Amino acid sequence: MGVTPESLMGLVIVLPLASAALLLLAGRAADRWGHLLGVFAPAASLLVALVGLVSVLGRDAADRVIDVHLFDWIDTGGFSLAAGLRVDPLSLSFVALVTFVGTLIHVYSVAYMAKDPDRRRFFAYLNLFVAAMLLLVLADSYLLLFVGWEGVGLASYLLIGFWNDRPDYALAAKKAFIANRIGDVGLILAMAFMLKQTGGLTFAEVLGKAPDLSESWALGIGLALLLAACGKSAQFPLQSWLGDAMAGPTPVSALIHAATMVTAGVYLIVRSGPLYAATEGARLAVAIVGAITLLFGAIVGSAKDDMKKVLAASTMSQIGYMMLAAGLGPIGAAFAILHLLTHGFFKAGLFLGAGSVMHAMNDGVNIRRMGGLAGVMKVTWATFMMGWLAILGIPPFAGFWSKDKIIETAFIGEGWQPWVLGTIALLGAGITAFYMSRLFFSVFHGKARWDADLHPHESSRLMTWPMAVLALGSVCLGWVLALVGFTTWLEPSIGHAEEAAPVLAAPIITAATLLLVVAGAAAAWRLFAVREVAVLPPAAGPVVRAVRADFHQDSVNDLVLVKPGQALATGVALTDTYAVDGAVRGVGWLTIGVGRVVRLAHNGNVRSYAAIMTVGVMVLVAIVFAGGL
Amino acid sequence: MIPYVALSALLFVIGATTVLLRRNVIIVLLGIELMLNAANLAFVTFARLHGDVTGQVIAFFTMVVAAAEVVVGLAIVVAIFRSRRSVSVDGENAMRH
Amino acid sequence: MLSIPWLTLLIVWPCVAALSLWLIPALRHQGRQTAIAWSLVELVLAIGTTVAWCSDTGNVRLAFRADWIPQFGVSYAVGLTGTGLVMVLLSTVLVPIVLLAAWNEQKTPRRSTHYAALVLALEAFMVAVFCARDVFFFYVLFEAMLIPVYFLIGSFGGEGRKKAALKFLIYSLVGGLVMLAGVIGLWSQARVRASLFADSALVGLGSTRVFSLDWLTAGGVAVIPTMNPTPERLIFLSFFIAFAIKAPLFPLHTWLPDAAHAARPGTSVLLVGVLDKVGTFGMMALCLELFPGAARWAAPVIIPFAVVSVLWGGIMAIAEKDILRMIAYTSISHFGFIVLGIFAFTSTAHIGASFYMVNHGLSTGALFLAAGFLIQRRGTGEIDAMGPGLQRTVPVLAGTFLAVGLSAIALPGFSTFISEFNVIAGSFATRPWEAGIAALGVVLAALYILLAYQKIFTGPPREDLAGTRDLSGRERWVIGPLIAAMLALGFFPAPALNALRPDAVATVEHIQGPAGSWEGSGQ
Repeated sequence: MGVTPESLMGLVIVLPLASAALLLLAGRAADRWGHLLGVFAPAASLLVALVGLVSVLGRDAADRVIDVHLFDWIDTGGFSLAAGLRVDPLSLSFVALVTFVGTLIHVYSVAYMAKDPDRRRFFAYLNLFVAAMLLLVLADSYLLLFVGWEGVGLASYLLIGFWNDRPDYALAAKKAFIANRIGDVGLILAMAFMLKQTGGLTFAEVLGKAPDLSESWALGIGLALLLAACGKSAQFPLQSWLGDAMAGPTPVSALIHAATMVTAGVYLIVRSGPLYAATEGARLAVAIVGAITLLFGAIVGSAKDDMKKVLAASTMSQIGYMMLAAGLGPIGAAFAILHLLTHGFFKAGLFLGAGSVMHAMNDGVNIRRMGGLAGVMKVTWATFMMGWLAILGIPPFAGFWSKDKIIETAFIGEGWQPWVLGTIALLGAGITAFYMSRLFFSVFHGKARWDADLHPHESSRLMTWPMAVLALGSVCLGWVLALVGFTTWLEPSIGHAEEAAPVLAAPIITAATLLLVVAGAAAAWRLFAVREVAVLPPAAGPVVRAVRADFHQDSVNDLVLVKPGQALATGVALTDTYAVDGAVRGVGWLTIGVGRVVRLAHNGNVRSYAAIMTVGVMVLVAIVFAGGL
Repeated sequence: MIPYVALSALLFVIGATTVLLRRNVIIVLLGIELMLNAANLAFVTFARLHGDVTGQVIAFFTMVVAAAEVVVGLAIVVAIFRSRRSVSVDGENAMRH
Repeated sequence: MLSIPWLTLLIVWPCVAALSLWLIPALRHQGRQTAIAWSLVELVLAIGTTVAWCSDTGNVRLAFRADWIPQFGVSYAVGLTGTGLVMVLLSTVLVPIVLLAAWNEQKTPRRSTHYAALVLALEAFMVAVFCARDVFFFYVLFEAMLIPVYFLIGSFGGEGRKKAALKFLIYSLVGGLVMLAGVIGLWSQARVRASLFADSALVGLGSTRVFSLDWLTAGGVAVIPTMNPTPERLIFLSFFIAFAIKAPLFPLHTWLPDAAHAARPGTSVLLVGVLDKVGTFGMMALCLELFPGAARWAAPVIIPFAVVSVLWGGIMAIAEKDILRMIAYTSISHFGFIVLGIFAFTSTAHIGASFYMVNHGLSTGALFLAAGFLIQRRGTGEIDAMGPGLQRTVPVLAGTFLAVGLSAIALPGFSTFISEFNVIAGSFATRPWEAGIAALGVVLAALYILLAYQKIFTGPPREDLAGTRDLSGRERWVIGPLIAAMLALGFFPAPALNALRPDAVATVEHIQGPAGSWEGSGQ
């Protein structure tokens, strides 16, 4: 078929991968120019991606799904699989997001990490992440997707633990990897299910045969994929790692733990849409997990004083929205991806703003010790405000176009489901408005509460420009995408959905949402901008204390997983030493004991040996004679 | 033929008793020689009885081996005597250490 | 095709090399250099063999046979299956690496020479065992391998080496004796079988070749199908137990941690990387080929043991405090996966298991070597005592350890992933529950590697360790090729899979098909 722009998409992955390898292998020699190469790689990928995007846009809607064969990968005699890419509207949307936001964050990092002696290594890891993420979204089979899936997990591990000379950061990195790994078991099992039931692992094979799957197999695969998505996207009950993951440098939080990697779970669910179409149960499970997480994240976010952890909780909650939407079928899926894109922009912007504030505050993250920064950091304040308005869903900012649609879609359906899911989504919007406004007002408004020896200042241009671009996205992306018909553009990938009416009229839902949002923001204004914010967290009842401790998620994990695990390990170790090896040593001792007894006959006296021998011969002769007679 | 066989048996018993009862290594060696020759006598007797020379041939072999054995055995005895100033077989537990 | 007896050359050359080191005084002073040169010659021979193998045809290629003890039907029969070829390549690649890694380990040149000669002798036996096509010959080699390993552990190891060497020897000898009983049983059964064909031309063939694998499994006249199931099962079990001790399977595994702890890391590389694979190789080449009916009969019992091995090894590795013992336990977990793959009887699982054998050799080999570098620097193998914070002082070693560790946990991109996935997914088709439980080993693996990495390399750097050397050029050359090989095979496993596939497909057909079933033969 010759070289088409789509067949060049492999370059998108190879460029950052090669750059990462080079930066890691070159070692200190690359310290001086490493960051330049690090920025160049995703930028080059972005260019290639744009070429691909334009080319696909030039095609008819019907053949916008292009499978690119790269090389034959695995052939076991049982199944054979080629490594290939699926270039279609869904993957291209992701590629565009990853390379665009990724490039901006790389640029930002040049300044943010300027004083770190290991900046080259940082860029190597970031490049590795970009390559793995692109592989994840471009892969045309679940197995190749899994390579990217684990690759981003590894990059995330390396970057969370980038400052691993702090033991708690190293611990956070490990925790993230393990939680992801638990989810990965789900993906491995899902692939085993698929292989058994469909005989293949490519999207074309699996999703093509999805309608023929029996209900129970479809449910099994759907739930296994959901487990994987929960691990990667920090959804309930595998959510606990995301808060700790904020140990990584802030650009990492922006790129990996807000804009791209954590949304991979949503991608997986949306990509597997035809599978979920075959199973009502798994779809409902996805929606319920999303609903639980969106409330969980929102409530936790309201009680956190650590700026990055508020944003982390908010990410969790926003991904909960996406999962909820993804669980609602094709119509929801389109809005899930739309929200994913807008969220990628405004959340990355918010994180970069937070990083800028941290620079100003000498790496302080406690919002009770901030306040009044609007005056000293104009650009940061302005860009952060765009992101804030976007996440609140105020029209015409980006979040409005996606989140409001999700809430509306949640009200579609029959029976109890729309009412419960819709109400949760609606409530979540109100709480989101409250905690995000709390964050915004505590940081930028009210009285200055920072130490006198701090001298906050605006960050350098290398940092403010990416923030400005992302802020522009927060303002415009929503209506631009809505205007160009983004959901129609996705149809070749996720299928067409019939419009359905929600159980409440759409304008009523929108009005209720806006009302709740304004109420939440107003409450935050009263509490955190008008009233004095206490420097120390005020005493609180058991409920608030529980929320501050993330609903004791770590204690629960400790109780359910860690403690029994340790007990099991100790038990196994004891059994291994005393029972298994003990049995062997017991046989050894028995042999020695028998030897001791037998040894008594061997007294070393030559004549007694001779006597025994003689007697023995006589006995033998006697036996022979007796036998002979 | 019976007397030859009886003599052979008698010689063997004397040799065996010597080996079992005497402590002096040299006497023990003599006992062993006695047993070997008792066996030789039996071989020759039966060879004659069956008119087959194989037994006589074996007797020659035994003599050669016995000669070699005495040479080596006495050499060992001399070596032991040099190191231990004794030729008693009961000296401590010689076989144990 | 008979112009060059590749396999015989391949077997004889390391013997000659080892003897030359022991006997020629001039070489003794440059033992290390000479040994590496000789092992590279062997590698070249192995590559030549590969080329010749590729141009040959059939399942068993480059075959050669000569009578050895015709009275008992024993012959010197060699030939390479795809699995055997890959294992031969693994052995010949690892030996020069191990020799290079042991460069400075011994105090005197005499001892280094002795060590190198023992390694070469071991190489000869390992290569031969993978080529053997005669059960008796296989058995002799299986036992003979113990000799060099006993000395490698017993005279060159660290603390507790005597005890560990003895434990290893006793375990292996017990296994060997059980196997000997099986060999004798097989002989008597095969004789009966041969006499059944008294009227055919097979008599002459059978009476002199009853141990020849090719005769035993020859299509249509395979010895086993007409066999009464009880002796078949007993003989199968005797072979299997010997192999399960060698490949350590729970609960016959406790010799391995002791041996790995006491041996030099280089020795452990060969011990775990290649030698123990003889066990799993034997399961494939002997147990499944000769006794398909018994294998199907035993699989429901064996597979739970394999799954327990996976989890048991993983949990023990988490609880273990000594890094070498920890790696040994990870291997027990991996061997569990291999055995699971072998007895799942699908070609995907089977090819996964055989590819696993190679990858595990590379990955665990590299892990042992990295641990060896660490121990050399820190003077201890205690995980808690080695760190913390070494990453800041020795970044290259830290990165190497992490990369190698990640290969051990089968991270995609490394070849280990492909084999582990194939084992899990392939076993799932026939044994879904067991495969599902074994998949939990994936989480355990992440835990043990990352825990060790966290304890040793992360955290605040220690002042007193500031002078620790990072990896030297030699050490990078030791471990770099292994990592590169795993990455290359991770993305382009086709060459290895192509060599392994015919065996996997044939074996699975042999077992699943009616030809290999004693029920089907109407006996």
